[in-house]
Amino acid sequence: MRAVITVVGKDMVGILAGVSGLCAECGANVIEVSQSILQDMFCMIMLVDMSKSSVKFSDFSDILQESGKKKGLVIHVMHEDIFNSMHRI
Amino acid sequence: MINTRDILETIHMIKDENLDIRTITMGISLLDCISTDAKQACDRIYDKITRVAGNLVRVGYDIEKEYGIPIINKRVSVTPIAMIAAASGGDPVRFALTLDRAAKELGIDFLGGYSALVQKGFAAGDERLIRSIPEALSSTEFVCSSVNVGSTKAGINMDAVALMGKIIKESAQRTADACCIGAAKLVAFCNAPEDNPFMAGAFHGAGEPDCVINVGVSGPGVVRHALKECPDGDITDVADIIKKTAFKITRMGQLVAKEAAKRLNVPFGIVDLSLAPTPAVGDSVAHILEEMGLEHCGAHGTTAALAILNDAVKKGGIMASSHVGGLSGAFIPVTEDAGMIEAVRAGSLTIEKLEAMTAVCSVGLDMLIIPGDTPPEVISAILADEAAIGMINSKTTAIRLIPAIGKKVGEELNFGGLLGSGPVMKLNTASPEKFISRGGRIPAPLQSLKN
Repeated sequence: MRAVITVVGKDMVGILAGVSGLCAECGANVIEVSQSILQDMFCMIMLVDMSKSSVKFSDFSDILQESGKKKGLVIHVMHEDIFNSMHRI
Repeated sequence: MINTRDILETIHMIKDENLDIRTITMGISLLDCISTDAKQACDRIYDKITRVAGNLVRVGYDIEKEYGIPIINKRVSVTPIAMIAAASGGDPVRFALTLDRAAKELGIDFLGGYSALVQKGFAAGDERLIRSIPEALSSTEFVCSSVNVGSTKAGINMDAVALMGKIIKESAQRTADACCIGAAKLVAFCNAPEDNPFMAGAFHGAGEPDCVINVGVSGPGVVRHALKECPDGDITDVADIIKKTAFKITRMGQLVAKEAAKRLNVPFGIVDLSLAPTPAVGDSVAHILEEMGLEHCGAHGTTAALAILNDAVKKGGIMASSHVGGLSGAFIPVTEDAGMIEAVRAGSLTIEKLEAMTAVCSVGLDMLIIPGDTPPEVISAILADEAAIGMINSKTTAIRLIPAIGKKVGEELNFGGLLGSGPVMKLNTASPEKFISRGGRIPAPLQSLKN
């Protein structure tokens, strides 16, 4: 399965490195990344493949959210299907 | 990859506009639990419910976590208990206690089906069950009850209507210390659907499969926000925006329903295309109507605005789901909707206007607090009016009225949680006693002859 990670917060050094580092630790393969900075606000969307992941999806979600909280970032991890079903017929 | 804007829109809907799955409801048939021995029937019921729905709460939690969409309630609906209790006779309350114990064991939020279907008359067990409702609701925590008193096909059972006035009042009296909560767990229907996932009226109809998953979605906040983006559009634009938004909301319901059904190894039943408000700010159906251009919900124009909303929700939702059912439409439960509560307090929303609104909304007079000294025949007459609207218009109508024991017009009741709070509303005090005491049955209308 594939998951969409969204990261929003104040821009600083090492956000992408931090999130992708955690993905690597958990065995989630990064497939695609898009990021932009709007008036100091960092916004990143990452598509990752979880099929070979070493941790449960819910744990992965908790790990990322927790790490985001420490840095003042809002991180969501959601199953790709929710976006597919809502926006594609 | 999916468009960035779409991703952010979905997250915004969930995090800021209260989009959620209101309920995953598992319908369970109890027909194979019937026994002439009541204790044996109760044991079978407990075993079946806890076995079949054993993973319901965990699966709900897993889906919530994985898809990032809140699932507010996990519920169970069962075959109307009047059918089960008819075989064994005796006091039906023991069945209610069994259901309550099963609900507690499962960790679900509500269990519906302490019900009787009496639109054409009372079968064995029906009247006894109805008379036991006040005791059953006051001695259980999770059990919800419903009675279907009429239908377009059968007409209206006025003996049941007369009885329900007393039962509703007694349910409130018996729970007077707990905000009269008994009456909030009791619905009297006309044209009750057999696959409704919403409480308090959920039950598992006799024509349903052995076990099934039904899902109810919710998202008034999302619709209101979408309308806010288009302040100057005409009514056609408004209807189109609602349709598009309802489509997206329902797609999410369809996804969750399919996934829950797969994980629980149970067939997927229906998605209920609903806009169900909560007392939370930003989750109100009344505020959608106000966003359309009414100063207050209840103003002249409210019925038209609600008709547009209700119809557009169905049109948008129906293409998003493979099977649609339940109550499908916009709910107008007064105490559960921040905007409705404000409108009642401001004197803009009255029971007469609400009655008109029920002709075009998904259900009926829902979560209305009425004076505690309201005579039973007045409650019966309100039910008769609602049932007549449902019968003639071939739609589901219902009443869920809470007589606030010891309280008068203007005073308030506060249930807390999803049930909310609200002021006691004024009723017409002219007596319908003679009309209600006649009993008998309102003949099925011409609309019933469709063959």
